[in-house]
Amino acid sequence: MDFEPSSEQQMLIDQVRRYVREEIIPLEARLDPDASELAPEDQARLVEKTKAMGLFGIDIPKEFGGPDIDIVTRVLLAIEMAQHRAGLYVPCYGTFGGAGLAQIFEANEDQKERYLYPTLRGEKKPFFGLTEPSGGSDPARAIQTRAERKDNGWVLNGAKIFISGADRAQYGIVFARTDASKGRAGITCFIVDADTPGFYVRRVVHTLRSSSYATELEFKDCWVSDHQILGEVNKGFAVANDRLTRQRIPYAAGCIGVAIAAHEMAIEWAKMRSTFGEKLANRQAIQWMLVDNEIDIRTARHFTLEAAEKARRGQPFRTEAAIAKLTASEGGGRVVDRAMQIHGGMGMTKDLPLERWYREMRIRRVGEGPSEVQRMVIAREILGSNLR
Amino acid sequence: MAIRLRLDKPWRQLTADEAARLPGQLGVYQIADAQGVVLYIGQAGARSPFGLRSELQRELKERGSGYQFRVEVNMQYRTRWFELLMVHKADHGSLPPGNANNPPPALGRLSPA
Repeated sequence: MDFEPSSEQQMLIDQVRRYVREEIIPLEARLDPDASELAPEDQARLVEKTKAMGLFGIDIPKEFGGPDIDIVTRVLLAIEMAQHRAGLYVPCYGTFGGAGLAQIFEANEDQKERYLYPTLRGEKKPFFGLTEPSGGSDPARAIQTRAERKDNGWVLNGAKIFISGADRAQYGIVFARTDASKGRAGITCFIVDADTPGFYVRRVVHTLRSSSYATELEFKDCWVSDHQILGEVNKGFAVANDRLTRQRIPYAAGCIGVAIAAHEMAIEWAKMRSTFGEKLANRQAIQWMLVDNEIDIRTARHFTLEAAEKARRGQPFRTEAAIAKLTASEGGGRVVDRAMQIHGGMGMTKDLPLERWYREMRIRRVGEGPSEVQRMVIAREILGSNLR
Repeated sequence: MAIRLRLDKPWRQLTADEAARLPGQLGVYQIADAQGVVLYIGQAGARSPFGLRSELQRELKERGSGYQFRVEVNMQYRTRWFELLMVHKADHGSLPPGNANNPPPALGRLSPA
């Protein structure tokens, strides 16, 4: 596979790179180092810019009004979009728009009218409710939230944790157990309106990612009708699993973008900073750190583009997505760590973006499936699923 | 471990001496009137030259005497600030008057148990 960008891809990359450097980074200089949002007037102005660039709603499928950019190109652009302080979790502060939840594209027509189209118009925000206090890595077994049949609908009882954006959302996708005897074949996906009686956002969950928070949810006799089922009864696990696999590719791209930005800072600093009468760049200890950074970045980039290319071709890419997510999140963490080491004391301060990237990159080894689960996925491919 | 959503430390008088004794760390704070009614919830972020001390000294300068305050040193000053605002809104139905005029964009809603 040839991963050199085509001239058209390079043009888009250059366009986004200029946008990040000329529009986003200067604004960040005035924001709190942990900020995750722009002032509303800046947000509105920049959204108009990305619309003029023809790149707004980049992840929205063409048939729903997206700009029809293939997944490989989207990965190349996602790598660029992440190259600023808030870029790992809020690339370009969301000014390129988003598709919301990918699963909603699979909704029936009635659900699309009520949820998908308002989401694409920016009128509704969703959340994704999968992880529970009993665990997130193995949702098929860990889901204890139960939905019981009642009055042409279902009554949900249980809790979810580490749910982003639920306190600001108008609706969410919630996974609940509808058949306790069937394991992964007993889970159903529900669309729950945030104003449904019995739905509560109980608390903020503070994490290393101090720029933004997750929430804990409670469902207490929360009744939803049959019309709120996304897909089919007892087939919700496939919905969750598909999302987890697909999400790993852009997740990896974000890690690579931040790693590149940290690496570039380290190179620049090493060329400038002298200790004991010698530039850091002339010291082998520093050179080797920079070499290791380069290798980590190139490795992650290669595997991520490979996964994207397989997805673009319509080939199975579950294993490739796991390898991409694993190499990018682990390699990205190492790159940021070395960049901090090269910067010395300044690398630890909030004056530079490195400390935010360090904290946020640590989460990446756990989010969207921890490294150990990615290794399990890869091992199944090597050994065959009967040997897992 | 009990999770403490609310800031429930005793109030301290907002005076030059009290403000000067504050740490130069990041965190959140509340300003109240003499009766303990919360008027404002603020944060001392990484752009504050001396963290909580700078912010409370600024508050004193702008407001004058007759107010109370309490602080919480917290590296997660932003998410804690959002949390305190949401909890206040859940408890009282509205934001403190000092925040209501300039609320953060897209403040969420909580239903603390």
